[in-house]
Amino acid sequence: MEAIILQILNGLDKGSAYALIALGLTLIFGTLGVVNFAHGALFMIGAFCAVTLSRLISLSHEVAVEGKVDFLGNPATESVPYIYDWFGRATGDAIIDWAVPLSILFAIPVMMLIGVIMERGLIKHFYNRPHADQILVTFGLAIVLQEIIKYYYGANPIPTPAPDAFRGSFDFGAAMGFDPNTIIYPYWRLVYFAFAAVIIGAVFAFLQFTTFGMVVRAGMADRETVGLLGINIDRRFTIMFGLAAAVAGLAGVMYTPINSPNYHMGMDFLVLSFVVVVVGGMGSLPGAVLAGFLLGILESFASMGAVLEVLPGLNQIIIYLVAIIILLTRPRGLMGRKGVMED
Amino acid sequence: MLGLNKKDFRLLMIVLGLTMLAPFILNPFPSSSGLAQFNAGYPDLMQRFVIFGIFAIGFNILFGLTGYLSFGHAAFLGVGSYGAMWMMKLFSLNVIPAIIMGVIVAGIFAVAVGYVSLRRSGIYFSILTLAFAQMSYALAYSVLTPITGGETGLQIKSTDSPLLSNLAEGEIGRANLFGMDMRASYEMAVGDWLFTFNAGYYIAAVFMLISFYLAIRIFRSPFGTMLRAVKSNQTRMYYTGLNARPYTLAAFVISGMYAGLAGGLLVAMDTQVGPERMFWTASGEVVLMTILGGAGTLIGPVLGAGAIKYMENILSKINKDILHQWFAFLPDGLEDFIITLVYPFIGKGWHLTLGLIFMAVVIFLPGGLVEGGQRIKRLFSRKKKPGDDEADKASQSTPAE
Amino acid sequence: MGILEVKDVNKRFGGLQALGDVNLSVEDQSVHAIIGPNGAGKSTLLNVLVGKLIPDTGSVMFDGQSVLGRKPYEINQMGISRVFQTPEIFGDLTVMENMMIPIFAKRDGAFRMHAIESMAKEKAIIEQATEMLENLNLADDRDMHAAAMSRGNKRRLEIGMCLAQEPRLLLLDEPTAGMARADTNATIDLLKQIKDERDITIAIIEHDMHVVFSLAERITVLAQGTPLVEDTPDNIKGHPKVREAYLGESA
Repeated sequence: MEAIILQILNGLDKGSAYALIALGLTLIFGTLGVVNFAHGALFMIGAFCAVTLSRLISLSHEVAVEGKVDFLGNPATESVPYIYDWFGRATGDAIIDWAVPLSILFAIPVMMLIGVIMERGLIKHFYNRPHADQILVTFGLAIVLQEIIKYYYGANPIPTPAPDAFRGSFDFGAAMGFDPNTIIYPYWRLVYFAFAAVIIGAVFAFLQFTTFGMVVRAGMADRETVGLLGINIDRRFTIMFGLAAAVAGLAGVMYTPINSPNYHMGMDFLVLSFVVVVVGGMGSLPGAVLAGFLLGILESFASMGAVLEVLPGLNQIIIYLVAIIILLTRPRGLMGRKGVMED
Repeated sequence: MLGLNKKDFRLLMIVLGLTMLAPFILNPFPSSSGLAQFNAGYPDLMQRFVIFGIFAIGFNILFGLTGYLSFGHAAFLGVGSYGAMWMMKLFSLNVIPAIIMGVIVAGIFAVAVGYVSLRRSGIYFSILTLAFAQMSYALAYSVLTPITGGETGLQIKSTDSPLLSNLAEGEIGRANLFGMDMRASYEMAVGDWLFTFNAGYYIAAVFMLISFYLAIRIFRSPFGTMLRAVKSNQTRMYYTGLNARPYTLAAFVISGMYAGLAGGLLVAMDTQVGPERMFWTASGEVVLMTILGGAGTLIGPVLGAGAIKYMENILSKINKDILHQWFAFLPDGLEDFIITLVYPFIGKGWHLTLGLIFMAVVIFLPGGLVEGGQRIKRLFSRKKKPGDDEADKASQSTPAE
Repeated sequence: MGILEVKDVNKRFGGLQALGDVNLSVEDQSVHAIIGPNGAGKSTLLNVLVGKLIPDTGSVMFDGQSVLGRKPYEINQMGISRVFQTPEIFGDLTVMENMMIPIFAKRDGAFRMHAIESMAKEKAIIEQATEMLENLNLADDRDMHAAAMSRGNKRRLEIGMCLAQEPRLLLLDEPTAGMARADTNATIDLLKQIKDERDITIAIIEHDMHVVFSLAERITVLAQGTPLVEDTPDNIKGHPKVREAYLGESA
C-alpha cells in the first residue's frame, strides 16, 4: 500500500509537467491548428527565466570590509548584492532565497511576449501550410532557441534551488497512519503539483467562464462559423498562443528546483509531451491533462524495483508502449474529438 | 542508358564523376594556406558524405514521394549497424556479409514498425515512428545490453574470433573487403596538395552510386508514380481500385533498408556502434538533410547530407583564434566587433547556423537547395537572353502558376 | 434482376434514421438518377454502395455479388467507379499520370511492386491514356499539373479516369454542383456520349433537375431516408407525391 501511494506521488510531479506542456500544445493545436515542435523550447526558456532572475537579483558589487586586510595588506573586499543596499540584508536574503517563485512574476510577461512574437512573426505564415511544414519549421525554431540558450548559459545544468522553507521532505507515512519514513515526499514536489493544479484550473476557468474563453472554445470547435460571425478570432488566437507559451514557461520556472535546467531539457520533455497529447486526443484539453498525469504515474509505477525485476527496462519504454497501443486501438486518443486530424 | 532517360543518365554520370573525383574536389586548398581547414577531402568525412547520402536518399523515397514524415528513421540505421556489427564479430570481417546483414535486419524491423505505424497518417504517423525509435533507443541503452553493449556500444575486441577469419590469438580484427583493409589509403602529393584515396570511401561510394541509381529507377517507375499518388490524394487512390497501404509499406521498408545499408556501412568503416546512433535527434538530422537539399528531388538529399556533414565537421572546427587570423586586417575595435557577431554561429554554435538555415529553407525555399539552384539558374538565363522567355516557360513542368 | 440490387438497407447514426428500408434496383446499362431534398440520405446511400459505410441491416448486391464488408478499392475492382462532388484527382501529378494510374489499376490490380520498370516504357498504357485524353479534349494539357486545371476540366479528367477502368457501373455524386452553366452542359454532353458509346450503367445523384431530366431513364425519389417513388422521368414530373415532397410548387 505504502509503495503504491509513493509511486502515485512520484508520478505526480512529472505528470504535472507533462500535463502543463501538453495543455499548451493542445491549446495551440486546437486554436491555431498548428503542430508546435518548439513548445518544449518554451518550457526550457521558462526554466531559464528562473535562472536569469536569480542571477539578476544576486548581482553584486565589491565593498571594502572595515578593519580587515588581505594578505597583501590591501583593504579586504567582499561582494555584496545590490539588493542588500536597497532592502537591507535580511530582506535581501529572503528575496534571493525566493528567486524561483518570484520568477513567476518575471516569466509571465516575458513568455507572453515571446509567444506573441513567435506567433505573429513565424507561425501565422504557416496556418495554411501542411502539418509536415509546421512540424519542420517549429523543429528548426526549437533548435535555434536551444542553441541561443546554450550560447549564453553554457551546456551544463545550472542548479537553481527552491526556497529554504521548501527544502526537506514531508513524511506522508506518518501523517497517514502508516509507518514513518515509508512515504517521504519532498515539499517542493508537492508545491509543484499544487501549482500545476492551480494553473490548469485557471486555464479551464478562463476558457469556461469568460467571454473571451467562450469565443476561443467556439473557435476551436468551428473556426469558420465563428469567423463568419464577424468576430476577430485571429487576434484572440494570438493571445492564446501567448497564454500557452506562458503556461509552458511557468511549468519550466517551477520545475527548476526538481531538475537543474539545461538547454536540451525542452526537447526531452517535448517528445514525451507530444506522445501525451496524442494519447489524450489531439485537440482535447481534458484529454491532455488526464493523459499527462496518467502517463506520469504509469512511468513511476514502471520504475518500481519489483516491476523492473520482472520486466527490466519497462520504465524506459512504458510511455511509448502505451502510446502505440492507444493509437492503434483508439485512434482519436482517450478523449479525442471526432474530425480532428483524421487524415 | 541503363534504362534511364538522357537527363537522368546525365545526372547519374555527374554524381559518378563527383564521387570518384571527390578526393580532388574536396581538397581545393593547398595544405599550407589559411583556407586548408575548409578542405573536406579526408577519408572519415568523405565516408560520412556518401553514407549519410544513402541514408537521406532512402528517407526521401518515403518522405519525398509519399509525404509520410517519419521521425524515427535513425532506428533503422542503428539496427542495421548492430546487425552488421554482430556479423563481423561472429561470422566474417569481410564487410559484404556485414552490410547485407545490416540491410536485412533493418528491413525486417521496418516491416514490423511500418506495419503498425502506417495504420495512421499525418502527425500520428510521425509520433508513432518517433515512439518506436525512442523505444529502440531506450532498449538498446538498457535492457538489451547483452546484445547492444548498452551505453558503451559494440566494438571489435581482441577476444572476437569470427568464423571465417583466421586471426592470431589476441589480434584485433579489421574490417576488410576480400583482404583489402577499409583503412588502406593511397596518398598522392602534388606540390602543396595532399590527396588521399581511401579504400573505405570508394567502397561506400560505390554503394552510394548503386543506391542513387536504384532511387532514380524507383522515382521513374509506375511504383514511384503510385507513391506520389498516395501523397497527392489517397481518397482517389482507394476509389481507383488501388490499396495505398502496401504501397506505403513497401516505400517504408525500402527506405528502412537504405537506412540499414547506411548503418552497415558506418560499421564497416569504423567498426563500432552505440545507441546514440538511434536517438531521435539522429532521426531529426536525416529529416533536416532531406528538406535542406530538397525533398522529392533526386539529387537533393545527397546535397543536403553533404551540406550538413560539411557544416558539422568544418564549421564546428573554426574557433576564435582562426577568426582573429581572418579578420586581422581590420582595425582592432572593428575586428573584435565582427568576431563577436560571427562567433555564436560557428564552432560549437554551428547548430544555431543549421537551425537558422533550416528555418529559412522551410519558409522561403520549400524545395530546398535544388529549388534554390533552379531559381538562380532561371534568374541568370533570363538576364542573359530576355527573348528566350517562351522556351524557358516551356521547359518548366508546371506552367500554370 | 438489375446490376445493382439494394435490399432493405437500414442505417442509423445515433438517433437519426439516415436510411430506412431502402430498396433499389438499377437496370443494367441504364441511367438511373437518385434525387431528393437535402438530408434525404442520398450521400449515405452512395457511401454504402462504395463501401465507405456499412449498413446496419440489408444487402447490396452488385452483379450477383455482395459488396458489403468490402473495402472501397475492392468494390472498385469489382467494377464500380465513383465520381465525387468536388473532383478528386491527383493534383500534384500531371494530367497524363492521372490518366495512366487507373489504367495501371485495371491491369495490375490493387497493388503491384513494379519499382524498377520505367514509366516511359509502358507503351500500351501510354497509348491508351493518350487516346482517352484526346477523347476528352485534354490532350493539350497532358503535361500540366492536374491541380492547375479549370474546374470543368478537372471534372472531365475525373470522369475520364473512372472510364479508363472500364467500370460496369459509374456512380456520380452531384457531378455538376457549383458549375457554371456552360460547364454543366458540357458535362451533360460528355455523359450522354459515354452512355451512347459504352456498355455502362450510370447511377447519378443530382440536385439540378435540368441534369436529371436530360439524362435519366429512371428516377428514384428519396425522402427522409426512404424511397418515395421510382418511375420514368415523365411520370416523376407529374407525380403528386413528388411535387409535395420535393419539387414543390415550382415544378
